[in-house]
Order: sequence, then C-alpha cells, then structure tokens
Amino acid sequence: EDISSSSNGPKAEPMLLDHDPDDLFAEATEEVSLDSPERQMILSDGPSPAITPVTINPRADVFDRSPDQDEDEEENRDTFDIQISVSDPEKVGDGMNAYMAYKVTTKTSLSIFSRDEVCVKRRFSDFLGLHSKLASKYMHIGYIVPPAPEKSIVGQRLGRRSSAVTELDPDAKACLCCRYLLRTVKQPALLKDPDVLQFLESSELPRAVSTQALSGAGILRMVNKAADAVNKMTIKMNESDAWFEEKQQQFENLDVQLRKLHASVESLVFHRKELSVNTASFAKSAAMLGNSEDHTALSRALSQLAEVEEKIDQLHQDQACADFYLISELLGDYVRLITAVKGVFDQRMKTWAKCQDAQVMLQRKREAEAKLQHANKPDKLQQAKDEIREWEGKVQQGERDFEQISKNIRREVGRFEKDRVKDFRVVIIKYLESLVHTQQQLIKYWEAFLPEAKAIA
Amino acid sequence: IFLCVSPQQEGLDDGPDFLSEEDRGVSFFFPFLISVLSLSSYCVLCMCVSTLPNFKQNEFSVVRQHEEFIWLHDSFVENEEYAGYIIPPAPPKPDFDASREKLQKLGEGEGSMTKEEFTKMKQELEAEYLAIFKKTVAMHEVFLCRVAAHPVLRKDLNFHVFLEYNQDLSVRGKNKKEKLEDFFKNVVKSADGVLVAGVKDVDDFFEHEKTFLLEYHNRVKDASAKSDRMIRSHKSAADDINRIASTLYTLGTQDSTDLCKFFLKVSELFEKTRKIEARVAADEDLKLADLLKYYLRESQAAKDLLYRRGRALVDYENANKALDKARAKNKDVLQAETTQQVCCQKFEKISESAKQELIDFKTRRVAAFRKNLVELAELELKHAKGNLQLLHSCLGVLKGDT
Repeated sequence: EDISSSSNGPKAEPMLLDHDPDDLFAEATEEVSLDSPERQMILSDGPSPAITPVTINPRADVFDRSPDQDEDEEENRDTFDIQISVSDPEKVGDGMNAYMAYKVTTKTSLSIFSRDEVCVKRRFSDFLGLHSKLASKYMHIGYIVPPAPEKSIVGQRLGRRSSAVTELDPDAKACLCCRYLLRTVKQPALLKDPDVLQFLESSELPRAVSTQALSGAGILRMVNKAADAVNKMTIKMNESDAWFEEKQQQFENLDVQLRKLHASVESLVFHRKELSVNTASFAKSAAMLGNSEDHTALSRALSQLAEVEEKIDQLHQDQACADFYLISELLGDYVRLITAVKGVFDQRMKTWAKCQDAQVMLQRKREAEAKLQHANKPDKLQQAKDEIREWEGKVQQGERDFEQISKNIRREVGRFEKDRVKDFRVVIIKYLESLVHTQQQLIKYWEAFLPEAKAIA
Repeated sequence: IFLCVSPQQEGLDDGPDFLSEEDRGVSFFFPFLISVLSLSSYCVLCMCVSTLPNFKQNEFSVVRQHEEFIWLHDSFVENEEYAGYIIPPAPPKPDFDASREKLQKLGEGEGSMTKEEFTKMKQELEAEYLAIFKKTVAMHEVFLCRVAAHPVLRKDLNFHVFLEYNQDLSVRGKNKKEKLEDFFKNVVKSADGVLVAGVKDVDDFFEHEKTFLLEYHNRVKDASAKSDRMIRSHKSAADDINRIASTLYTLGTQDSTDLCKFFLKVSELFEKTRKIEARVAADEDLKLADLLKYYLRESQAAKDLLYRRGRALVDYENANKALDKARAKNKDVLQAETTQQVCCQKFEKISESAKQELIDFKTRRVAAFRKNLVELAELELKHAKGNLQLLHSCLGVLKGDT
C-alpha cells in the first residue's frame, strides 16, 4: 500500500529499575491539581479512527482505512510486551444515570499480570479515579504521573472570542484514554502499582466517586488548587542545584513553544477541513458547468475535472485527519505532560519548604527548651526535649525526602526526555509519510486528468 | 497600424492568457504604481500601453488609468454600430483592499512577533501585492488585445485615440447621477431581458444559444465563486504551515536533546513545502479562478448581445404591427414602411454578425479552457512532484539519523 508504516519499534524498557522501594507517605495531604483547561479547538465531527489494538507506540494508529494495519501491529510488538486497546464505546443505562462504557483490552506476557489477555469494562470516571490515586501516591515523591484524560474541552472557536465547552465524541475519548493508559504502564513504577493492575484486570471496580465535580472531594480539590497557587507565589527557594534551575527554564520555554505550535496545527487542521469542504463544493459546481457546456470534449473534460477535485477533497479530509490525530494530539498530550512535569518541580519546592519549616520549628523548640532550662520546670522540660527529638526526626526525614525527590526527578526527567525524543521522532516521521502519500495520490489523479484535458479538440 | 506579437515582461507570462498567440497585438511595458505600500487609501494604477510593431516609427506608448479603460469599453457599448458584436468585457477594477488590510494588520502586530517573522511576512505581503498587481495589468492587457483582434472594433476611432493621444484623456469617472442612470438602465434591462427571453425565437440557432448562455452564465458564476473559496482555504493552510515552520525553528534552537537537529530539519522542509503550496494556490488562481472569472464576464457580454438582438427583434415586430395598422388606416404608410425597413435591416445586420460572434465565442472558449486546464494539470503535477522530492529527501535524512 502507499502508506509506508515502517516505523521504528520502541526500544525495550528495562523492566526492573533499581530505584528505591516506594517510600510512600501514608497520608496524602494534597489533592492532585488537575490541569487547567487549555485552549483547544473544538473537535468537529471528523471521521473517527477505529480504535484497534495499539502497541506501545503511544499513538493510536490513524490510518483506519488501511487494511493492513494489523500487519503494523505484528511489526511493532517489542520486548516490553504489553498491548492495550480502548474500544467499543457503548451506552449503558438510561436517563440521568446513563454513561459510556469502554472496553479495555490488555494483552501481555508479563508475569505480574494474572492472565495473558484481559478484557474489562470501564467508564470514563474510572480513568479519572485511577489518575487521582496514582497522583496522590507518586507525585509528591517526584514521579511524573501522566495527566488524566479530559472529559471535555474548553475551546476557543477559531476566529471568535467566545469559548465553549464541548464533550469529546466517544471515539476521540477512547483514543485519549488509550494513550493515557499506555503512558501510565510505560512507567515501570506505575506498571507495578496495585491500582493499575486492578484497573486493568479486575472485572469490578469500585466507583470513583471523588471525581465527580460537585462532590465534596471536588470542592476540596478546587480549594487546594487555590492554596497551591498562593503557596507557589510565596515559596522562594534557594536553588543550590543549577541543574534544576536550568531544567525548569527549559521546560518553561518548551511549554510556550509547544502551545504555540499546537495552536498553529489546530489552525491548519481547521483550514484543511475547510479546504476539503470547499473543494467538494467546487467539484459539484464544476460538474454542473460541464453539464451545461455544449462542446462535447470540453464537457467531458470538465466532468473529469470535477471527479478529480472530488477525490482531492477526500485526500484533504484524510490529511486533516492525520494532521489532527498524529500531530495535534501529540502536542496536546505533551502540553499536558509538561504541566505534570512542572507540577513535580513544584512538589520538590514544597518538600523543600516543608523541610525548611521543620528546621524553623526545631529551632523554636530548641529555643523553648533553652528558656525552660532557665525557668526550672522539670516536667515541661522533658516534654520540650521530647518535642526536640520529634522535630529533629522530622528535619532529618524532610532532608531525606528532599534528596529523594530530587533524585527521583532527575531520573524521571531523564526518562521523560528520552521518551519525548522517541515520541516526536516516531510521530513526525509517520506524519511526513502521510504527506508523502498525499502527494503521491495527487500525482496519480492529475496524471490521469492531463490526457483528458489535452483531448479537448 | 501593423501590430505584432511582442515579448512579454518577466512574470507576465504567468498572467491569464485567454487569447491565442496570433491574436496578441498589444503589449505592456512594466507599469508603475504610485504610492504602493502606503497606508493611505488612494492608490493610482497607471499603465504604460505600447504597440511594438516591426517598424519602429509606428511605435508609441501612453499612460492610461483604469477609468480610461472603462471609458473606452463604455464607448463601445453605447455605440449602436457595434450592437451586433460581443463587446470585450471591461477589465476589473484594481483591488488592493485585501492586501492593504493585511499590511495594516502587519503593522499593528509588529510588536508581537520576532524580527525574522516580521521580515518574512513583510516580504510575502510584498510578493502578494506584486502578484495582484501583475494580474490586474494582465487583465487590462487582455481587454485591449481582444479589441485589437476584432476586425471591426480595432478600427474604432476612440480606440486609436486611446492608444495614441499623448495627453490625459480627461475622462472623469462617472459621477453619481450617471452611475444612478446606469443602475436604472440595468434594472430596466434585466426586466426587459426576462420579457425578451420569454419570446421564443424562430431561429433555432439563437434559441439554443439563448438557453445555453443563460444556464452557462449562472453555472460559471457559481464555479467562479466556489473556486475562489477553495483557493482561499488553500492559501490559509499555506500560511499555517509557515507559522508551524517558524515555531519548529524556535524549538530546534532551544531544545536540549537530539530533537533540536530534527526540528530544524523539519522546519526547513516545511519552509520549502509551504512555498510550493502557496505556488499551487497562486497557479490555481491564475489558471482556474481567473479563467472562470473571465468567462463569466464574456458570457455576460454574449448575453448582452442576445439582448440587443432581442430588442431589435421586438422593435422589428412592433414596426411590422405599426405598418399593418398604418396600412389599415391608410395613414403615414410611407413613414411606417421606412421605419419597418430600418428595423428590419438593423435586426438582420445584428443577427448576422451575432451568429458569427457567438460561434467565435465558442471557439475561443474551448481553446482557452483547453489551454488553461492543461497548464493547470501540468503545474499541479510539477508542484506535487517537487513536494514529493522534498519530503523524500527529508525523510531520508531523518530516518538515517535514528
């Protein structure tokens, strides 16, 4: 077929990282700060891709029209042997309680899974619930947790100032959820997480109630988000490590450029779709013109022109699809991911602040003890000494936490960057190949038309 | 005057070409524009018209404005002698509004973009201005060439004055009153047009032509509008690719990973493909959109001819009725006979030349469509192949790197 999808298989991910055993804080003190809605184009009802089994290549394969997609899958199967697909959205229940259920299929040979192939039904809020749990467990120790898929998008209609909230259509949602899961299992620590395993394997899952926007937890989340924002402004960290400063700046720059690029690509998708519609419209008009033309050969040539333009309009449609599902979605994902990365840097700052606070507290306790020494109150003195010991412990713990999170972040960022390079390379090459295909088709169509035009006598 | 084919200015070859080579008799020197890129609203387009025959002493050139072309066209339309010919349609008014708007936006947005982006956009805008400019000039040229090619119109006195008179023709544009008169004339014409069109023609040829032209004109109008929209979308998409290329370049310069080279290469690719896409849109504009626009105007001129013939027919029939009445009453018979004869002659003269004109129109139309459709297909192929080569070579480099 014209679509040459000889993409590079991803390199094998080392299954066992010698990272420290999960040192979890039992209490999750902070809720996850969900990403702020960013500017995204309203997704129109474009042709939806069939969600077929996707490999660890984090892009859902776009060319659902190509019959040999299954062959791609064979090629791309790699040693990190897990395949996840999210498909078959179907409506369950009716009325107020109706929801969309998705089929999540996991195929794997990894030993941590109990079966080779598992199929479960999940609803959208289950994904949000999973993310919520993972974020609360891992974010504050410096793991970059893939951001939750978004239910709807607050978009700015291109050309107009108003924003509107639109629900994504079920197939696009399925795509989004699939990519979310793939990114999650790509992280070795998250893959082993019992919540992830449960999500993928168990047939019943307790309803993730706390994701409901109006629930108590939802409101708590909003409050914490506001508090975070305030905290961020007041924490002024003495950055001793140039690496962190440099990295933060880089991610800041990357964020700006990716958002800009994303906006341009969305504009391109919009205009290509518009081009497709206008080409179709012109094709019809040309056909009509050909009909009324009374010179036979010219009439036929005009009809042929109409046919060519009709095929070209389909080509533009397909290209717009590729533009969107390959590039635009990749960029959207990375814009969200970078927000998660920045979140992790923030967590480190918070950890540092906590450490500082503990030190301040310790100092105060020591001062208090010194005062009590002079005041000669033995029972209070003992309490003071206990408190000092307590806070010494806390300071030590705080310093350990800070070191740990710094170490984790370095590793995570390294991994993130490696993945980023791979992702972009693979996707961009695939995208260029789609462009190649479009040009090849164009050549085919116009070569067929040329003799018709020349035949006008 | 002996007129002959003359070499074209560079770039004007790209212009619309609705006549065969032999018909070309007049050419343009490269015209000059007064206050092109100023933001003020007034922009005068002056064109240098010249004839370049074999013998140098018959060469002359004058400066003409758009209004003067319109004056010449209108003088043909109003001339009763030419009622039986398809009057070559007037060239469209030079329209730089869209570009002027863009220039304004560019000026306003100067603060928000980098220096490279601004320079790039300014250059593109200048290129766009130049392209529209060349097109406008070409349209005016086509008009004059059509006149020069016509066996009768080329002898017109006003045409000679237009070509030779060195001074300003002092042709003022129509004032408000005259424009209003024109408007009402057109309104009456269309009402009449319906009347006249309703009368079934005895002559099969003209009956067929009437039906054909009415439908054809409408469909060309539709196709012209749709092709414009299509091409506009194409241009917008090319603009988007331009922005994408710029951002990729910035990403390439900033990125700390191996991706930097990658981004730079892809940015370079998109820069080049974008230029090709813009070229595709421009060529479609020239070969397709302009072709349709031109034949929209020509088919209107042909319709006008049919209308004039229709009017003459009505006059002839009225004269016949008047004659019958006069004979019945035996009053003013001679006068009625003369009037009837005059009307008959007029009608027959128009019919005869109209038939030839309409046949020529078809021949011209078929030839023009053939030429432009072939060129369109060839250009589309050329650009697609160019694009493909760029993509292949870029992919080769990128894949080699991984």
